[in-house]
Amino acid sequence: MTTLSLGTALRQLPRGRLDMVPYARLLDLSFDQSQGEARLLMPFAERLVGAPGRLHGGAIAGLLEIAGVAAVVRAMPEDEKLPRLRPVTVTVDYLRAGQTIDTYAAAEVTRLGRRVINVVSRAWQADRARPIASAHLNFLVDWPEG
Amino acid sequence: MNEETPEARAARRQKRFLDNFLENVPHMKELGIEFHGIGDKWVELVMPFKESQVADPEYGIIASGAIFSLMDSVCGMASMLARGALEPNATIDLRVDYLREPRPQATVIGRGECYRMTRQIAFVRGVAHDGDPAAPIAHVAGTFVFTPGATFVPAGAA
Repeated sequence: MTTLSLGTALRQLPRGRLDMVPYARLLDLSFDQSQGEARLLMPFAERLVGAPGRLHGGAIAGLLEIAGVAAVVRAMPEDEKLPRLRPVTVTVDYLRAGQTIDTYAAAEVTRLGRRVINVVSRAWQADRARPIASAHLNFLVDWPEG
Repeated sequence: MNEETPEARAARRQKRFLDNFLENVPHMKELGIEFHGIGDKWVELVMPFKESQVADPEYGIIASGAIFSLMDSVCGMASMLARGALEPNATIDLRVDYLREPRPQATVIGRGECYRMTRQIAFVRGVAHDGDPAAPIAHVAGTFVFTPGATFVPAGAA
C-alpha cells in the first residue's frame, strides 16, 4: 500500500480525492478531515455490487483498509517521513448488509508502534450508530532508508 | 471425430454456468475475476492483472483490498457449492493473512474450500498465490451464514 502519495494528499488538504491510488479511484474514494478524523466516502455505484441489491464485501473491505491507512497518516508526527505500510492481517466483521447507498469509513489507531501498527476501522451508511462492517488491521511498518 | 465424454460435457456446462454467474456480479466483473477451476471440495477464481487493482503505482503492486475481494468471492462460492444449492449466504467474518506482497503486475489465483458445514454456517479457508501454489501470498479463514429466502441468482445468470 502506497502511503506516500496518499499521505501527501492527506497532509496538505482538508478534503479531496484519492485518485493517485488506482484502486482507490476504482472505489471512487474521497476524504474529509474537517471533523477531527479522516472520513472516507465511497459513493454508491453499480460496479460495487455483489449479490443483487447489496454491496460486495470486498469493496467494503477495501474501503476499511484505506480508511485505516489514512488514520495512520494522521497519527504520525507531521515532520516525520511517512513509512510504507504493509497489511499483515486484516479481519473484517460484516455486521449488516451494505445497501445500495453511499458508504463512509473512519478508523482509529489502537497502537502506533515503530514496527507494528494496530488499527480498528469502521464503515457505516445512513446511520453511524449502525455500522455495516468493522475491521482489525495490523500493519508492518517499512521505514524509508536513511 | 472426438465424442465429448459426459464428464467433459458436464464440466463445460459447469464452467459456462459459473462464468455467466460471475459476469453478473458487478464488482467481480469490475475487478476482472473469472472462474478458474473446481474440484470435489474446492473452487478457484483467477484475477488477471488490471491497472485499476493497483495500490502502489510506483511498483505496480495490487491492493490488498483487491485480494480481499477475490478471497471473499471464492470463499462465498465454495460455501455455496458445498451447500449444493444457490442459497443466498452472507459473510460473517473473513480474516486474510498477507504472507508476502504479490509480484508486480501479478495475476492472482484464489482457492476456497468449505471444510465444515453446519445447518446454518459454512466454515471456509482459502489460499491465494500469484503463479506458484507452493509460494502463497495469502491465507484466509472465514465463516458464512446461510440466509434462506430468495434464491441467489443474479439477473441473467439463470
